[in-house]
Amino acid sequence: MSDLRDKKGYENWDEAGVARFEALLAAEEKVEPRDWMPDGYRKLLVRQISQHAHSEVVGMLPEGNWLTRAPTLKRKAVLLAKIQDEAGHALYLYSACETLGTTRDETIEALHDGRAKYSSIFNYPTLTWADIGAIGWLVDGAAIVNQVMLCRCSYGPYARAMERICKEESFHQRQGYEIVTKLAQGTPEQKKMAQEALNRWWWPSLMMFGPHDSESTHGNQSTEWKIKRRSNDDLRQHFVDMTVPQAEILGLTVPDPDLKWNEERGHYDFGPIDWDEFKRVLKGGGPVGRERLNARRKAWEDGAWVREAALAHAEKRRARRQAAAAE
Amino acid sequence: MPASSREWPLWEIFVRSRQGLSHKHVGSLRAVDAEMAIQNARDVYTRRREGESIWVVEASHIHASQPESRGPFFDPADDKIYRHPTFYDVPDGVENM
Ligand SMILES: [Fe+2]
Ligand SMILES: [Fe+2]
Repeated sequence: MSDLRDKKGYENWDEAGVARFEALLAAEEKVEPRDWMPDGYRKLLVRQISQHAHSEVVGMLPEGNWLTRAPTLKRKAVLLAKIQDEAGHALYLYSACETLGTTRDETIEALHDGRAKYSSIFNYPTLTWADIGAIGWLVDGAAIVNQVMLCRCSYGPYARAMERICKEESFHQRQGYEIVTKLAQGTPEQKKMAQEALNRWWWPSLMMFGPHDSESTHGNQSTEWKIKRRSNDDLRQHFVDMTVPQAEILGLTVPDPDLKWNEERGHYDFGPIDWDEFKRVLKGGGPVGRERLNARRKAWEDGAWVREAALAHAEKRRARRQAAAAE
Repeated sequence: MPASSREWPLWEIFVRSRQGLSHKHVGSLRAVDAEMAIQNARDVYTRRREGESIWVVEASHIHASQPESRGPFFDPADDKIYRHPTFYDVPDGVENM
């Protein structure tokens, strides 16, 4: 324990607090909001959970783009239900974030003024209906791999939010895969649409797992604090192994010439990832990134009067009730 | 006025998943009053029939035991092992006890 004393993140050192915190981690028990925790642990969680929440919110935008153009009423109802789930996911996560002493508005403002990030995957445009299928299948699929791991993270409220989210996510992935399946089994043009969507979304989905372990900046500390339970590369490999056979069944080709089953490793080998592109997109690069943030800011600012009015109305009603009770 | 000073109050949400079970804490949300909290809780926490009854409690009304005094506060139970059935010897052959 004494070797932690000078460690970064433990500036708020408290002898009993540290002992208990370390004991909880060692016993695979959860840390709860009012327990003592290192400042660095709190900071890391706030950054990660808020970033995760923002991703759920911004992730609704590319899908919302297709609500009015869904090919059937059934597809529209399904997409609406999925998007509504994502709004719920954001709420679970903002709530988890608030247990760490941040306020909701602060967190949201950090997204709007560009201090906080969200998953770069949502800075890609959704060009065709097939993209909506690819998002559910690949993007939600990749998110599930990450979120299943996070169900075991050491912070109680985050782990509980993840459990709830994971229960809802499997419908997201299946509805996406069903869209792609229908297209892949359709006319040659439809099959081409499905293939092109896979081409567009495959590499960005692999990038969702973040930089390689050798280059990940927060990886180690996050692993020591049992927030992250599996490495980026490990999760990415798991996703590839899971998804390649799903593409094969549909007769679609994963856009990677180096992709092949490695009998010895028991895993697929895959080609190098273009990290320059990743970094460019991560910096909010491109017109889509600007469009996403503008849409968020507009929704927030246009809704301000509604938030104010609802609060004022509730206060007035409360005052009226109190006056009536006093009579 | 800065938005943060006008934040909606925080509510803790409890859901009874079916008759016969107690209400269980499922999460929280922000709402201007109890009515809105209940409606939003329905939309956020029972989209798949996870519940048949909802309680909402304004978070500022909840009082909790102190995590720092967890030890001394709960310790008195430690030396009263006679509160557990396993404390008692029952002769061999005795059944239904
Ligand atoms: Fe989600
Ligand atoms: Fe999802």
